[in-house]
Amino acid sequence: MKHLSEYRDAALVQGYLEEIKRISKKPLTLMEICGGQTHSLVKNGILDMLPATITMVHGPGCPVCVTSLAVIDEAVFLAEQANVILCSFGDMLRVPGSGKSLLEAKALGADVRILYSPLEAVKLARENPEKEVVFFAVGFETTAPANALSVIQAHKLQVENYSILASHVLVPPAMEAILSDTKNKIDAFLAAGHVCTIMGMEEYFPIAEKYKTPIVVTGFEPVDLLQGILMAVRQWEAGEYKVENQYARYVQRQGNKMAMDMIQEVFAVQDKVWRGIGEIPQSGFEVNETYQHYNARLKFNLQLTPVKENEACISGDIMKGLKKPKQCTHFGKACRPEHPLGAPMVSSEGACAAYFHYE
Amino acid sequence: MCLAIPGKVLSITAQEDATFRFGKISFAGIIKEVNLSMVPEAVVGDYVLVHVGVAISVVDEAEAQITFQYLKEMGEIDELQNEAS
Ligand code: SF4
Repeated sequence: MKHLSEYRDAALVQGYLEEIKRISKKPLTLMEICGGQTHSLVKNGILDMLPATITMVHGPGCPVCVTSLAVIDEAVFLAEQANVILCSFGDMLRVPGSGKSLLEAKALGADVRILYSPLEAVKLARENPEKEVVFFAVGFETTAPANALSVIQAHKLQVENYSILASHVLVPPAMEAILSDTKNKIDAFLAAGHVCTIMGMEEYFPIAEKYKTPIVVTGFEPVDLLQGILMAVRQWEAGEYKVENQYARYVQRQGNKMAMDMIQEVFAVQDKVWRGIGEIPQSGFEVNETYQHYNARLKFNLQLTPVKENEACISGDIMKGLKKPKQCTHFGKACRPEHPLGAPMVSSEGACAAYFHYE
Repeated sequence: MCLAIPGKVLSITAQEDATFRFGKISFAGIIKEVNLSMVPEAVVGDYVLVHVGVAISVVDEAEAQITFQYLKEMGEIDELQNEAS
């Protein structure tokens, strides 16, 4: 197989850049959806290499950034319950809730554990039958099958002291929300490769058609990103709006059927509030009725009052592609990674943190 | 958290039912146990894409070559390789 290093080959990157420069004539505002792609673009200096005709804007594809304050508060509340072990991916810990972050709760004595996989949480539940183990199940479509699998495993093993706090968001409804915004400036999208590994490409065809917007499913390495950008530029210059697949080594048009079946088995689609953007209809997953014993919100009867977001933070405009991080007056001043005012400064996949670290 | 990385399947360690299929995967020498239930077609020697402890895709070898061919078709890659060597 082609090795990872070849997707980082400087000569290949140069080749793609030259071709992009040669053919790009019309101004193009291109949004990469995924925070992992934002990170890679900024870290590898790609944004500075592109011709002036191309403006990259950074989408809402960072689950840490779009998880609403109220949900962080739910996680903190659960962590503070005496018999609960709250498990989470590491990058959620520093996100400030309306009161404190999970990290602060941990410092005050809450049992908060960082895990690499939700399957480890099921193991932890089996080892600690006297405790309630809750997994903070954030993520996009990519992460949903693993979180669903943890519930299915717990169910099969009759593990009753396990539940998940689901905060799953979906890419296509967010794209529609961005495109239908009256201020929208996006001409084309790089769709998130790993999301499409799971879900395939079918759901993007109606969006490309309806909004006459090219969509290129793209990977994460510099060579992938530049090839994806080149494919978008080619479509744009030719006046086309197709769904194309740059990332065919991992993405099939029909997606991963097994993974989609697992999602279907455990989750139901529902409306979701995105931090900085607001409520988007049918844009997230919640544990369905069949598996409601594994829904932490029901198990612990969570009814927290909604909280207001920090008004100083313009992350909503950034994630809709209307503004860039440096246009925020707090960037690098009141808002820094060690003291974030908004989530895009917390996560390494957030646009503000990426600009702060690498620019 | 959204990181997914490719690794090579070294062995299938457990296969009880559809959701309990595990294997040892090497990520450039670092070996981890990974759930393989979502890639039933994966066999020893395959490269799989792993995300939060679960393999979500088997690498399509033929497609993996195409990224490079694409540039070759523009007639540039040979020149670049010459320059690089
Ligand atoms: S710099 Fe900070 S306050 Fe400004 S948009 Fe980014 S996260 Fe929000």
